[in-house]
Order: sequence, then C-alpha cells, then structure tokens
Amino acid sequence: MRPTIRFLDEQLITRILDEARDLLRTLGVTIHNQELLSLLGDHGAEVDLPAEQAKLSDEIIDKALKPSPSSFQLFDTLGNQTHDFSGDKVHYTPGSAAVNILDHATGEARRPATADYIRYAKLVGGLKNIAAQSTAFIPADVAEPIQDSYRLFLSLLFCEKPVVTGAFTKNLDVIRDLQLIVRGSAEGLKKKPLTVISVCPTSPLKWTEAASQNLLDCARNSVPVEYISMPLSGFMAPVTVVGSLIQHTAETLSGIVISQTVNPGTPMLYGGAPAIFDMRYETTPMGAVETMLIDCAYVEIGKFLNLPTQTYTAMSDAKLLDAQAGLETSMGATLGALTGANSISGPGILDFINSLSLEKLVVDNEICGMTFRLLEGIQPRDDFPALPLFQEFLRDKHLIIADHTRKYLRDEIHFPGPTIDRANRARWQEKGAISIGEQASREVERLILEAEPTRLDEGVQAQLVERMEGAARSAGMDTLPQRDA
Amino acid sequence: MEPKMEILKDIATSLLAGNDKKIVEEVAQAIEMKVPTTEILDDGLIAGMNVVGKKFRNEEMYLPEVLLSARAMAAGVALLKPLLIAEEVPSRGKVVLGSVQGDLHDIGKNLVGIMLEGAGFSVVDLGIDVPPEKFIEAAIEEDASVIGVSSLLTTTMSKMKGVVDLVEERGLSGQVKVLVGGAPLTEEFAQSIGANSYAYDAANAVEKVRELVGEG
Repeated sequence: MRPTIRFLDEQLITRILDEARDLLRTLGVTIHNQELLSLLGDHGAEVDLPAEQAKLSDEIIDKALKPSPSSFQLFDTLGNQTHDFSGDKVHYTPGSAAVNILDHATGEARRPATADYIRYAKLVGGLKNIAAQSTAFIPADVAEPIQDSYRLFLSLLFCEKPVVTGAFTKNLDVIRDLQLIVRGSAEGLKKKPLTVISVCPTSPLKWTEAASQNLLDCARNSVPVEYISMPLSGFMAPVTVVGSLIQHTAETLSGIVISQTVNPGTPMLYGGAPAIFDMRYETTPMGAVETMLIDCAYVEIGKFLNLPTQTYTAMSDAKLLDAQAGLETSMGATLGALTGANSISGPGILDFINSLSLEKLVVDNEICGMTFRLLEGIQPRDDFPALPLFQEFLRDKHLIIADHTRKYLRDEIHFPGPTIDRANRARWQEKGAISIGEQASREVERLILEAEPTRLDEGVQAQLVERMEGAARSAGMDTLPQRDA
Repeated sequence: MEPKMEILKDIATSLLAGNDKKIVEEVAQAIEMKVPTTEILDDGLIAGMNVVGKKFRNEEMYLPEVLLSARAMAAGVALLKPLLIAEEVPSRGKVVLGSVQGDLHDIGKNLVGIMLEGAGFSVVDLGIDVPPEKFIEAAIEEDASVIGVSSLLTTTMSKMKGVVDLVEERGLSGQVKVLVGGAPLTEEFAQSIGANSYAYDAANAVEKVRELVGEG
C-alpha cells in the first residue's frame, strides 16, 4: 500500500469549503480586470464594475469545478512526457523565485547573473529526483521588464526539463511566444504543455491587474496554471490553521472560477504558498511546522475536489546549508510526499524564498529520492514462506550473495548519491573528512561539467534567441548577456 | 587477438560477472591450451579481481557482486592450486585470521576472509575467541606472513595487544605482520598497541594486506 498522511476528515473539509463559498458568495472577490469582471457577470456572477468586485454564487463555482481537469501531463522541450499530475503521483521542482544565489565560494548571498542561471539549469538537468525546472531565481544582468521571460529563455536553452515559471507583469507575450516556438504551434503547445505558470492572488481575496490578466491569457492559450494563494496566518489571514484554510480555499476557488469561465478545461494545479507569520521577527517561515500543516491540509481539500495539486513544502528559512536547512526541507518534503501533492516546490531554496543554493539543490535531490523510496512503502517480495530463505541463511551463514538479496537489493534499498555520507569514520577521514556542503559543492561542479547540451533543434534555439533579443531591444537592451558560461 | 590473450580476457570478464561456472570452464581451457599457470592467475583472475576492487571503490559494484566475483575467483584458483604447487610457484602470502580472544563476533572477519581469498590470498580462518598463542602457532605452522585480528567490542579490543606482544616476544616481528580491524577500532588505537596495520573495512583489509606483503 502507498503510505498516506491525512490531517482533515471529510466533515471538516466540507465545512471549510462551505465557509469559503460563503465568503465568495457574500463578500466576493476583487478582480482588477474589467474584461474578466464582465465575463463573470455574463456567467451569472454578481458584479460591481466600479468597485471591481464579483460575488460568486454556488452555481458559478460548481459550473467552474465541473470541467476542471482532474489530471494533466507535462512534456519536456523535446516533447517527451515527464510529468503525470494525477492521483497521488509526486514530482519535485526547485522552489522559486529567489532574488539571491548563495555563493558557495564566498558564503555570501548575492545577486545572480546569467552565468549563474546557466549553471543552475545545467545542474537541474542532472538531478534525477527533480522532474521539472523552475525559474528559480532572477538574473540581475538584464533589464527589469524582461527578467521574467529571460529566465524561461535560459531554461529552455540549457535544460530539457519542463519549467514551472511565472510573470512579473501582466504581459505574458514573450513567455507565451517562447513556448510556441518550442512546440511549433498553439495546437502543439495545448497538446503537450511545457510550463506551469504560477499566478498569485493577493490576500485577502484579490486578483491584481497583472495576476488576473495572467490567468486570462493562460486560460486562452490553454497553458497550465498553479494558483498560489498565500495567506499569512495571524497577519494577512486568521491565526488558526482552519481560518487560513478557509481563506486559501476561497482565493483558490475564485481562481478556478476565472480560469474555467474563460476556457473550460484549462489545466491547473490546486496550489499555494501559505505561511504562518512569526510575530517575533515579522517573517513568513516556510519551514514552520504550522505552514506545513496548512500546506498538507489544502492539498487534501484539492484532492477532495478531485483536482491535481501543488505545494511549497520542501524548503527552509535557514541562511546557510546547515542543519536547519536539512531538517525543515526533509520534514516538508516528507509530509508533502505523504500527502500526495502532485507538484512539490521548494528544493534549493533558503531564507524565506530569498536565496537559492545550488549545493542545497543537490542535497535536496537526495531528500526527494528518499521520499520516493518512502512512498514505495512496504511490500512482500518472495518473503513468504520465510523458511527456505532462513534455511539458506543458516547454511551459508550470511545472505550477501543469496539470489533473494541480489534480486531485490536495488528495489528494496535506495542508495543515495555521494552527498549523503555513509562511510565509516576512517573511510570518511581518508576522503578528506569533508562536510556535506563541500561534498555537495563537488557534486554541483561534477554535474555541471557532465551536463550534455540540449538536444533541442538548433533552428528552434535560433528562433528563441531571436524572440528574446527582440524583447530585450524593446526593453532598451542592445544585446543579451554572453551565454558561453 | 591471439587465443591465449583472448582466453585470459574471457576469464577476467567472467570474473567481473561473478560467473563461477564459466570461470571453471575457461581456466580448464587455458590450462589445456598450455597457458602458463602464473599468467592465468595474474593476467586472468587477479587482473579481473583488480577491476572488481576498483569498481567497488567507485561504488559501481556493490558487495554482493564483489563476493560473487570472489567466489568465482576461488573456484578458478582451486583448479590452479595443484599446478602452482607442482611448479613451486611461491604463494602470494598467507593470512591467519580470527576474532580476538573473548569476542564471539565473526561477520566482519568472515567478510575480510572472503575478500582476501577473492584477491588471491590464502586464508586460514581460526574462527572466534582466538587466544594469542593460537594465532602465533598457526602463523608458524602455516608459514603465514600476516595475522589478521578482528574485534567488535570495546571490551575485547584491548586483548589485541596480546597478539602483537606475543609476535614480538617470539621474535617473529620480521616475518609476521599484524593487521587489526573491527568497528570500534581506529588508526590511533592500532598504532597505540603497536600493530603493523589497520583496516577500516573488508576491502581496505585487502589493500592493507597487499601493502604488508610488499605488493602495495
């Protein structure tokens, strides 16, 4: 059996959903987009155009939930399927989006540049437990208006894995065009989604001009979205887990209503990035245990609605790749996986999503691998009847070369990569007695060195460059930074 | 490739695959082809085992595969043994092995024995709870060049010094070296009791024995 963890019973889920619907019915949601408001009005929402408010009835919510796909797939830049967001299947993606990279050489968190991003994309290509890229940090060496699309551009050129990304403005044109270039046509992109676009409501119950336009554009192009509602318990949400869940549910349902009203059947992930608010430090800890409780619980609500899910759990608020980083990331990844969240964001991330560490990404890849083994659970493998094997054991005095051992060794036992130290002390000392950070750093360099260039068609690559250069010129940049790092 | 080279290469390949049945056939074939016995041993079996050792160190092979190769090695060596004796080929070195007095654990020691045999050494296993005198007597009787002493307990590791001291006392320090190992041991401890060498695991024990017999 697949091990599963549950925090909510059906009665509580139903009550949370009822309360969320009551908020949407009575208070409504603010949407800074006249086109969307009119559309919702046409579909039965009670709309106040000057106030930019829409009250959503049960009927309009039910009507939106009906065509919502319960699953969808992602495909890499070459068109091969990499993700199946269905059932309890788990996939990891690096957390996003950080403003800094934690520089291993100096120990400083600094602004990243193009060369850092290319190293990141190459590294993700070699991490087998991380199925997708995310546009995990923001290269600071390009003009602000193209910083969002430029990340995607580099990702598509230097790694074949699909991309979880997002926009910083209401204009999705470049992000859309880059995907169309890779797939060759709108139909091709619809058939084989390449990205998931994160779109964030603003608490409480508001979709900004940029976010609502992003939802509209993604739906029109059938580009998958993940709704990233971010209640902050005690500050921008009720302090209780249940109260935060009600708010998260209402905000996410309002996103579903928007997407499915624009284009019924738009693929989407029931996602989020909630956090508690730490009243001592005025921070939003992603590694707090209550944050994880909210994450797991809303995933359960998404599953109750028969929707694929996403969550931000496998990350830490530590400033370095230290014990706190390991413990928070492990706990979050384990809980998220046991809950069956289809897309778990977070690996690589530190410091309240402000920093990304390549070394942490390597360590987190191992954590993800361990959770996959955990999810395989326990199953008998020629273990019954036990007698013959134990007779063999007594006869041979050990089972190291027994057929049973050799047949099941690699299925039963997950062997992590070199970052996880399992040597005895003497062997560890012989290898230089190095810390996990140093070992991870060596692994980062090895994987980047061994990274194969993308197999994406060169003509397609040239078109991507042309489109990005055009966008750069519009943003006042004559040329893009060098990419020969 | 000339037939001689080919059969030696086949032996090394079968060894890597841990295929003892095939090894026996191929070694027999090589003997029939009049390939010199030492070449079958050195360029076929031991050459293959060296690759196995390297792959184990690089984590490309795991213990079960290594032990299968070791078993295949032993099967091949068994065929060669009468010839090696008849041709008076000097032994690569014999190791007397045992768990120290008071210690009833033998898993680690057994593993060391299997790995040493796999590497082409002769092993005389004295079992568990072996008093110092027995180690020394066996070493003299078997003309062994290495005594391997194992201990799993912090309470028995102190007894290891007895073996080292007795080798010294009998004036055997020149010809018999003492290698110690076991979970609670450290290099520092080994030095403190005057042991010639310390191995931190079974694969390491093979390397250390090689050093002690001058192959390192």
